[in-house]
Amino acid sequence: MDLFIAIFTGTIIAATPLIFAALGELVVEKSGVLNLGIEGMMLMGAAFAFWAVIAGLPMPVAILAGALAGAAASLLFGVLALSFLTNQYAAGLALAIFGSGVSAFLGRGFGSEPINALKRIHLPVLSDIPVVGPMFFRFDPMVYFAILMFFVISWFLYRTKGGLILRTIGESPETAHAIGYPVIRIRYLAVLFGGLMAGLAGAYLSVAYTPLWVENMTAGKGWISLALVVFATWRPLRVLLGAWLFGGMTILQLQGQAFGISIPSELLSALPYLATIIVLVIISQNRQMLALHFPASLAKPFRPST
Amino acid sequence: MRIAAPVIATALTLLVGSLMFAALGYDPVNTLQAFFIAPVNSINGLSELLLKASPLILIACGLAVGFRANVWNIGAEGQLIIGAIAACGVGLFYPAPESPLLLPLMVLAGACAGMAWAAIPAFLRARMNTNEILVTLMLTYIATLLLSWLVHGPWRDPAGFNYPQTAMLPPAAMFDPFDYSYRLNPSVFITVAAVVIMWLFTDRSFLGYKMKVSGAAPLAARYAGFRESSAIWTGLLAGGAAAGIAGMAEVAGPLGQLSPQISPGYGFAAIIVAFIGRLNAFGIVLGGLLMSLLFLGGEAVQMNLGLSSALTRIFQGILLFFLLAADFFVFYRLRRIPEHA
Repeated sequence: MDLFIAIFTGTIIAATPLIFAALGELVVEKSGVLNLGIEGMMLMGAAFAFWAVIAGLPMPVAILAGALAGAAASLLFGVLALSFLTNQYAAGLALAIFGSGVSAFLGRGFGSEPINALKRIHLPVLSDIPVVGPMFFRFDPMVYFAILMFFVISWFLYRTKGGLILRTIGESPETAHAIGYPVIRIRYLAVLFGGLMAGLAGAYLSVAYTPLWVENMTAGKGWISLALVVFATWRPLRVLLGAWLFGGMTILQLQGQAFGISIPSELLSALPYLATIIVLVIISQNRQMLALHFPASLAKPFRPST
Repeated sequence: MRIAAPVIATALTLLVGSLMFAALGYDPVNTLQAFFIAPVNSINGLSELLLKASPLILIACGLAVGFRANVWNIGAEGQLIIGAIAACGVGLFYPAPESPLLLPLMVLAGACAGMAWAAIPAFLRARMNTNEILVTLMLTYIATLLLSWLVHGPWRDPAGFNYPQTAMLPPAAMFDPFDYSYRLNPSVFITVAAVVIMWLFTDRSFLGYKMKVSGAAPLAARYAGFRESSAIWTGLLAGGAAAGIAGMAEVAGPLGQLSPQISPGYGFAAIIVAFIGRLNAFGIVLGGLLMSLLFLGGEAVQMNLGLSSALTRIFQGILLFFLLAADFFVFYRLRRIPEHA
């Protein structure tokens, strides 16, 4: 039972950064923009949040710093992709490389000591219920915040006018522009939101999950988040489920290493990447479902005609 | 005008670089000198410049073939690693370690292994409709782990004091440097050949033309009956072969053995080189030299000024940002729109 609880809670925690990053990217892609730079934004978020903690700032401020760093990084992408109409693949790649460089540069002075991780909350009665307490009510606040964000984003995208406009812009920016919506401005907001979420994801990794600074500590989680959005066929609930699936994979793989299964640890570590490929292949078979939710203008630059 | 953008981007990168150095409290002129001039101010420096430019140019040539057709292989780093593993495997375990055939066999092994690694995303994209960006990238992580496993486990040098590295390759499995004072070796000729082949392919062959059409106007390509899958296969295999050979040249050249870290990110930097070179063979040569200088400069300021070599990646990112932005001003003209038109 203890093992089950450990795997369950571990899965939820490991999924949290993926939920932040992938939900953020979902909103960006729903507006018709493809930002490949999640890895870079996450690393910026991780580095700045860790820096803030070392500098003695309180935890919420540090996490906010990480989120803002991600947003600032996304603005670089936004200017190129939205104002300068560049190839979005190339701009996103540049951001990924730039973010990894900046974070490594900052992180040089961080040392290798762990910090005091974000504290888990303890609710008076709920946390003490046997089994249910440790399973659901002893996480740090960011875990709950990630799930809250899932509800907020689902509600925004499908139950508000703002969400409808955002999705319209993703399907046909020409139409939205003709009706009079400020396509570029709304896309900027979406990109900034994506950056904020990627920054949060990175901050969570460095101040709660690890909580250590290691160069390139995201280890592909940004790219996996991109894959999650495809896997989810651009639907929020599937993003959440997908993140849990990958979180579970990470934890099982770690448990496997801890139990000393006779498979080399490197090969176990390769499992999440391998799983990403397999899942992408499976989901890509269903062209109809992909086409149904795929934002039709994804990654196409839009220039408002005057 | 297409040539103007890279030049402007380089100049702006230097400008931002000097501002950055000034902000960090270093004298910008001295630091720029230490970053960009001192490393190549000697014959050894020039040899190092070519040594590092060679894999960058080689890989960028292969990648550009795909990029022209909108085939996004961003996993050259993984293909390089697999190529190096295969080549090193041949070099270490070939039954006749003094055979003159060894080196050519290793080139072949590197190329085939790189192509095999790239064939996975090619097959998945062409037949299974799977996005090649994510697959090539995931395979890069897997390749890194595979390398780590080999050098920590089955291929670890028993006489290597437990360091995670393979035994040194036998002399016949290594490129002899032109001059033993420097590290530059004949593997640069492979790169020269690749540049010529790339130019012939893209500018003088029908398949190259078809791929260009697939990239620039996919619908036109389809109407003309050009098969998309042949562009995908050609693009990915070209990148895989180039990266695999580059990996072979690293292990049979400056490295001499495998260790967990065999590339300082050549596979990723080559993507930028391909863009700076405008996906054109001769542009890529210039782009590769510039990128090589960024690598050398990063190492130099790390050694001499104690600055992090992560600066290299920052400069790479900034350079690509500026290049993309400069393109905008080259391809579009800004015009003021009256407020109340």
